[in-house]
Amino acid sequence: MPQYHQFDALVVGAGGAGLMAALHASQRVKTAVISKLYPTRSHTGTAQGGISAALGNLEEDHWEWHAYDTIKGGDFLCDQDAVEIMCREAIDAVIELEHMGLPFDRTPDGRISQRRFGGHTNNITKKPVMRACHAADRTGHMILQTLYQQCIKQNVTFFDEFQVIDLLVDDGKCNGVVAVQLATGEVHVFHSKATLIATGGFGKMWKVTSNAHSLTGDLPAAVLRRGLPLEDMEFFQFHPTGVYKLGILLSEAARGEGAVFINGKGERFMARYMPTLKDLAPRDICSRYIYKEIREGRGVDGKDYVYLDFRPEVINRYFEEDGNPKRIDAHYLETRLPDIIEFARVYQGIDPITQPVPIQPTAHYAMGGIPTNNDTEVLADETGRVVEGLYAAGEVACVSVHGANRLGTNSLVDLVVFGKRGGIRMAEYAKQASFRPINKDAAAAQASAQLERIRNSNGNERPHAIRKEMQEVMDEHVGVYRTGAGLEEALDKIHELQERYKHIRIDDKGYKWNTDLMEAWELGNLLDLAEVTAYSALWRCESRGGHFREDYPNRDDVNFLKHSMVWKNGKLEIKSKPVRITRYQPEERKY
Amino acid sequence: MKVTLKIKRFNPEVDKKPHWESYTVEVEPTDRVLDALHEVKWTQDGTLALRRSCAHGICGSDAMRINGRNMLACKTLVKDVAQEGGTITVEPILGLPVLKDLIVDMEPFFAHYRAVMPYLVNNDPLPANGRERLQSPADRARYDDTTKCILCACCTTSCPSFWARGEYVGPAAIVQAHRFIFDSRDQAAEERLRILSEPDGVWRCRTVFNCTEACPRGIQVTKAIGEVKEVLRTGVIQ
Ligand code: FES
Repeated sequence: MPQYHQFDALVVGAGGAGLMAALHASQRVKTAVISKLYPTRSHTGTAQGGISAALGNLEEDHWEWHAYDTIKGGDFLCDQDAVEIMCREAIDAVIELEHMGLPFDRTPDGRISQRRFGGHTNNITKKPVMRACHAADRTGHMILQTLYQQCIKQNVTFFDEFQVIDLLVDDGKCNGVVAVQLATGEVHVFHSKATLIATGGFGKMWKVTSNAHSLTGDLPAAVLRRGLPLEDMEFFQFHPTGVYKLGILLSEAARGEGAVFINGKGERFMARYMPTLKDLAPRDICSRYIYKEIREGRGVDGKDYVYLDFRPEVINRYFEEDGNPKRIDAHYLETRLPDIIEFARVYQGIDPITQPVPIQPTAHYAMGGIPTNNDTEVLADETGRVVEGLYAAGEVACVSVHGANRLGTNSLVDLVVFGKRGGIRMAEYAKQASFRPINKDAAAAQASAQLERIRNSNGNERPHAIRKEMQEVMDEHVGVYRTGAGLEEALDKIHELQERYKHIRIDDKGYKWNTDLMEAWELGNLLDLAEVTAYSALWRCESRGGHFREDYPNRDDVNFLKHSMVWKNGKLEIKSKPVRITRYQPEERKY
Repeated sequence: MKVTLKIKRFNPEVDKKPHWESYTVEVEPTDRVLDALHEVKWTQDGTLALRRSCAHGICGSDAMRINGRNMLACKTLVKDVAQEGGTITVEPILGLPVLKDLIVDMEPFFAHYRAVMPYLVNNDPLPANGRERLQSPADRARYDDTTKCILCACCTTSCPSFWARGEYVGPAAIVQAHRFIFDSRDQAAEERLRILSEPDGVWRCRTVFNCTEACPRGIQVTKAIGEVKEVLRTGVIQ
């Protein structure tokens, strides 16, 4: 017999978006948060550099500039009304975080300190603007901690270490979720009026990634299984500065503080490609040029990496070259970037204060995901019809505020702004809605069947081997540079792996803390999302933002200024919907 | 390089008590101990249970006892704890009930955390201009060290006072209290100090320094505890 719970509002995922939603929903209706991790383990905690808002604490800034930068950064695929909401509300959201206790760094007069970040500019001078509000290089950690602290203060109800297996979707309406309690293996049915998905990204389909082991796309895969679409899955961001081979992120804040890319010939190559923003060009562009340098033989020692150089004397030399009067020293860097300096020391045995750091692009962020409207309501199709009672916010959602490429710091902006909107919206809905009837035993049985199939499967395939092969093919063919032939090869490989996945065998047949089983189940989700990603990438015969097709190297606004939507009902099906444009007309993207 | 992982195993569905099992794996010297554990789990014995997520020392999931000392498996390189052909012993952190293999019940730990009011309390009206509260860089720096805590429990579960008496709030909870007591924006220091002056509060700390050594974030834990004791002694927060 499954355990049964009833809440007006359910939040799945306890990172920034989930906790923000929970704080606002729980002030209004009976709310619970379900998370497969302890909330403080969520990946928001690893965000480093900052959260942008046009506070103008250090120089002139306007939210409209932030909006333009976001749209241009997204290569004009963003839905512009959503971006305007995000950038306008970012200001109050950051102030709200400060009021909650977030320990932002401060200006000399005690206001929130801000710094430069890739793609954020003064729209008049086109030069970088100080917009990213920061707490050293652990801004995400501070956001996650602060939101969780407030949840404790408000006595929010948590179900920690519960894995959601299935969404209860019936007749176009969502009535809750089915989850398994990891500690016991017991199945729990959560009956709700409103459910918000905030489970973050799914970068584990790649090998070199900044993403945590737990980022396996469980809920987007569940959405897909329930016959609902995913949007813009071909757009995945490769962050230019991952620790070589490991993929651990070294924040763009390093470049915000003056660090530069250096190739094997000792050249600051970004100045050649992007003369105005140089090393602070958006991420998609930097990642592409890093690989271009490598392909043309200018990697370090002819290998597949370049340097991120933030030795104080190097930073100061380029400040001087750029006519920037600022000068910094080692102590300054140690206080502004303590964590990433430590990452290089611990994982690479390199001291960034005295040596340049080997880096390579790393799979980082999903611009695509579960389609929503500006109120975080999940969309059932390309016409904007909503799934009643189902919401999504944060990285897992596609509003779309990031379009084809997200600007640095905007993930944190997205999750606080839309987390809050989602929490309020779902609570308002739940207040006037009533519980729709569900068959809890049937729901539990259907979810359990997914797990029992794996537990009892007696094939000879090890999940790990399948995961490894998936990650390798995704790295090779669905990375920064893509071709039609490569994507087809990837798709074939993924289909082969999906076949083999039916014949896996796990060692642990138990119920309590069966992480063997959960990892195998997560792998199934990753395979489904990898399939959709490669399929969408094959469909998009143009290059835009994070999606670069060598066989179609130009942006094609005539045929592809639109979002993709993919369904998987038996077989894959793709449709599209227009981009919403308000006041910023598509233009060539130069920096 | 070749290393042997000697892991303390316990499966609640089968075992009456824990036992040791050894696995030999081939890893890079610069691999993390977490990578070596995954190598065991993914290629030799899938039943091995552990928590992990970020794999770079930020989420606080994988505190464990490695060669007898508390560390994050993801922030410890194999070459730093073993030589070629050597053995690494891995066991769950001490003082919390073991649920399975390296997974312990964290609830008592989080209960202590919640007990110290780990959140900002400020009942003044918000600034009328709708903007942030002001805080000088010096006031912000005062509590910087204790904001780094990731609640991994390395400190608390390395503390002999905590092993002896689980009711002791433990270093991590005191670190959290410190983070707010010394925040110029906060107004609940008195209440937190009252909680920490109780028999299971700060005075159970015997200044053994295990916590400071164990902290993977480099927080001066013993110093923070000392500063809280000092406030209790003098009644002055500075
Ligand atoms: S896995 Fe996150 S701290 Fe080790």
